[in-house]
Amino acid sequence: MKKYILTGTLAALLTLGGLSVPALAGPEDVVVENAWSRASIGMNRPGAAYMTIRNTGDEPVTLIGLTTPLAMMPEIHETKTNAEGVSSMSPAGEIAIAPGESVALEPGGLHAMLMRLQEPMTEGDTFPLTLLFDDGGEVTVEVPILGIAARGPED
Amino acid sequence: MRRRAVLGYGAAGVGAVALMLFVGWWQVDGPGGPEPVGQRPVALTEMDFRLTDHEGNAVGPETLIGRPTMAFFGFTYCPDVCPTTLSDISGWLDDLGDEADEMNVVFITVDPERDTVETMAEYVGYFHPAIRGWTGPEEQIARVADGFRATYERVPAESGDYTMNHTASVFLFAASGRFVTMIDYHEPKEFAVPKIRRALEEEMEGAT
Repeated sequence: MKKYILTGTLAALLTLGGLSVPALAGPEDVVVENAWSRASIGMNRPGAAYMTIRNTGDEPVTLIGLTTPLAMMPEIHETKTNAEGVSSMSPAGEIAIAPGESVALEPGGLHAMLMRLQEPMTEGDTFPLTLLFDDGGEVTVEVPILGIAARGPED
Repeated sequence: MRRRAVLGYGAAGVGAVALMLFVGWWQVDGPGGPEPVGQRPVALTEMDFRLTDHEGNAVGPETLIGRPTMAFFGFTYCPDVCPTTLSDISGWLDDLGDEADEMNVVFITVDPERDTVETMAEYVGYFHPAIRGWTGPEEQIARVADGFRATYERVPAESGDYTMNHTASVFLFAASGRFVTMIDYHEPKEFAVPKIRRALEEEMEGAT
């Protein structure tokens, strides 16, 4: 049985505090880092969240979905830009992460698309986002909401 | 005997070069070449469209003549590409500092149904103050895209809404209205800023 670990802001704080990273329910091998999202204007537009998902274990893991109280339809989407410079976006489907590999959700590529927001995304707030894996494991990460013009987790 | 061999090699060499040229032509310009991708936009002076900026002013291609222009397409319901492009541009403008004051920076919506003047005003307010938001009737947006040789397409989303596929490059025009170059989506700052300076410098040369 693998175990998931939550990192990011919370883990960083705990580590700084001299505590070990807490193991949550699920495989210990999935680490989520640098989660961030942009504030929304109202609730009509979809939001997007970004993060790096690392598989530190010996077995492949497959991300099959998302849940969050913030949005009715959270889904991993992928933006692609073709040779003519035209960008399009579509659901990315399941995402397999090999042992020792990581997948980056970042602007212009994969992102957690947050459709049908239940409340506006306000700069300075955070929201919980749960990643669902094919073995039934899940990991919940607290995603900070940055400004609309944010370019990365450091903004 | 020796001379004949040399001639033979020479002929073979010429033949090889001719063949290479032919293969090159075939693959690049000839029937074997790819479909022409992303033709160059026409000059702003050759475009004809009427839009409204986010402050309600009537605008058109002539509004942009006289200063170098950075223009791009998007829509405010776009969660990923458009805020990223707008943030990238805001960063480039910060890098350019005072030089950026000499430029027009225009965000043209491809989704006029949802992007009203008020919507554009609110949206551009979150980014660099130099960025103007332009919207207008669908048929006018189509004329802009045609002049820019840009494309856009409405695509239904599973949520019941729709999203827009669109050209994500940033277009640069000289003060004369001549097309200079474009910056690809998410192009690194080290490449983007010199390209913008090129459009700015072209203006200086034109002015002297």
